[in-house]
Amino acid sequence: MDQETIKEKLVSKFGDEVVQSAVAFRDQVAVTVPKDRILDVCRFLKEDPELLFDFLSFVGGVDWYPKEPRFEVVYQLYSLKHTHRFRIKANVEMAEDGLGHIDSVVPIWPTANWHERETSEMFGITFLNHPDPRKLLLPDPWNVYPLRKDFPLEGTEEDTPDLPRTAHAALDQPSE
Amino acid sequence: MPEAATRIDRRSETLELNIGPHHPSTHGVFRAVVELDGEIITKVTPYLGYLHRGYEKTCENKTYHNVIPLAERCDYMAASGNSLTYCMAMEKLLDIEVPERAQAIRVIMAELSRIFSHLFWLGTHGHDVGAITPVIYCLREREDIMNLFELTAGGRLMPNYLRIGGLIRDLEDGFVERVRAFTNIFDSRVDDYETLLTKNPIYVDRTKGVGVLKPEDAVALGASGPMIRATGIPLDLRKTQPYSGYEQYDFDVAVETGCDSYARYLVRIKEMRESNRIIRQAIDRLPGGPIRATKPGAVFPPQEDIYTRMESLIHHFMLVVEGIKGPVGEVYQATESPRGELGCYIVSDGGPKPYRLKWRGPAFVNLESLAVMSEGSFLADFIVILSSVDIVLAEVDR
Repeated sequence: MDQETIKEKLVSKFGDEVVQSAVAFRDQVAVTVPKDRILDVCRFLKEDPELLFDFLSFVGGVDWYPKEPRFEVVYQLYSLKHTHRFRIKANVEMAEDGLGHIDSVVPIWPTANWHERETSEMFGITFLNHPDPRKLLLPDPWNVYPLRKDFPLEGTEEDTPDLPRTAHAALDQPSE
Repeated sequence: MPEAATRIDRRSETLELNIGPHHPSTHGVFRAVVELDGEIITKVTPYLGYLHRGYEKTCENKTYHNVIPLAERCDYMAASGNSLTYCMAMEKLLDIEVPERAQAIRVIMAELSRIFSHLFWLGTHGHDVGAITPVIYCLREREDIMNLFELTAGGRLMPNYLRIGGLIRDLEDGFVERVRAFTNIFDSRVDDYETLLTKNPIYVDRTKGVGVLKPEDAVALGASGPMIRATGIPLDLRKTQPYSGYEQYDFDVAVETGCDSYARYLVRIKEMRESNRIIRQAIDRLPGGPIRATKPGAVFPPQEDIYTRMESLIHHFMLVVEGIKGPVGEVYQATESPRGELGCYIVSDGGPKPYRLKWRGPAFVNLESLAVMSEGSFLADFIVILSSVDIVLAEVDR
């Protein structure tokens, strides 16, 4: 099934208020849905016999700083039976606690576990009801989000005051 | 019986054991905390990130052409396969048609790196299960492939040979003959490896029924490549969504139904033979023609034109200094790397650098199955299971 048809199917099932936008670019369609409907949409995509998106390639994030809503969570899907692909996105605004919030899709695709942990620590997006919300790649004491666009690529300790000083930095200090 | 009672007391407490980060079998720096009930693993908690280099952040701050060497360093065992994924994603974004000759040479390079990667896996996997001999033989053929890479691209481990729109240069004289000589002997070399392991009772005992991953778990956990093909699911993107002209080649998808480490071994062995078949067909029908597409502003002009034509020099200069100005949009391109579905998702905002680059590393996703595979097995088998996943830590941590 080509991606335009999949989009049509989504529109006929959920209506225009759920399929907020659909951008087609080089035969690939990306559909944006409201973040509070992400579980419904994903479950439908996985279970509908004509779609059968049983394989989740990845979950990732995009930071559109300084635009609002700031974040976009991307789900790239694949169907083993029908060998078609599709991409779902949800806009996530930054809440007052400085984080984004969206439902976890781990109940639908268990592989999302690590992808969501990575997206969470890199962008500061909390995945609600995630079974194992620890950090994955970054050290535990970090409370900065490196893949955000306002995180500097390089800089002195003054530029990155939130970064915990590492044991190495302490060792590098000249001893009196 | 007081003796039996004490034995039960001892078993009532689980032991937490730390494996890694510098354990030789982790092939890099990877740590797992295993909970043991006697010798049986009850829980595995992997800890990653020791090699995290901020790959995606770095890519977002480099111009499009500068990402290629980085992509190769992500999975250094199959460097050309990685740059192929990235270049194809870029070609999709920029709508570039790659000439046939370049596509065929890319297939040769990608399949050589698949053999290269599987050879190293086979050697170290043998080492992990206690068979020291295979690695000696595997490194011999791996050396041949490195010589081939060196001949035509300069680099041995990281050829850095692909460019957006094609290749950096045409094949070196004598490359095709040497590849043909390699393909002629390689099948018999695979026979040699098989005599060492396939029917070796110690090896079979060590791997058969070890690290079972059921098909439904493999799909749910997103496993791909030899991991999923060893469960009887013929997922091979070269067949299901052919790219770079793979639909023209006659090859079989290696599938096994054992679901265990032994099945994964068989899949990789078969795959080496199939890759050899593809390379042989590719050099037999290697088409002539240009090795790079023509698209000023996106693809480098031919090297000889830069010295003779003013416009080409300007194009080259502007490409190096300003980079590619891509259209606004986003693409996802997936290829079949030796480890599975290698995907590259690029979001372009029209600037010379990727606004967002997400790398779907198959080793990262495959490693997620480790806990499911190892729980309930012996601690000694944990090493075999980890080895059968075929992880490259540089790709896991990115």
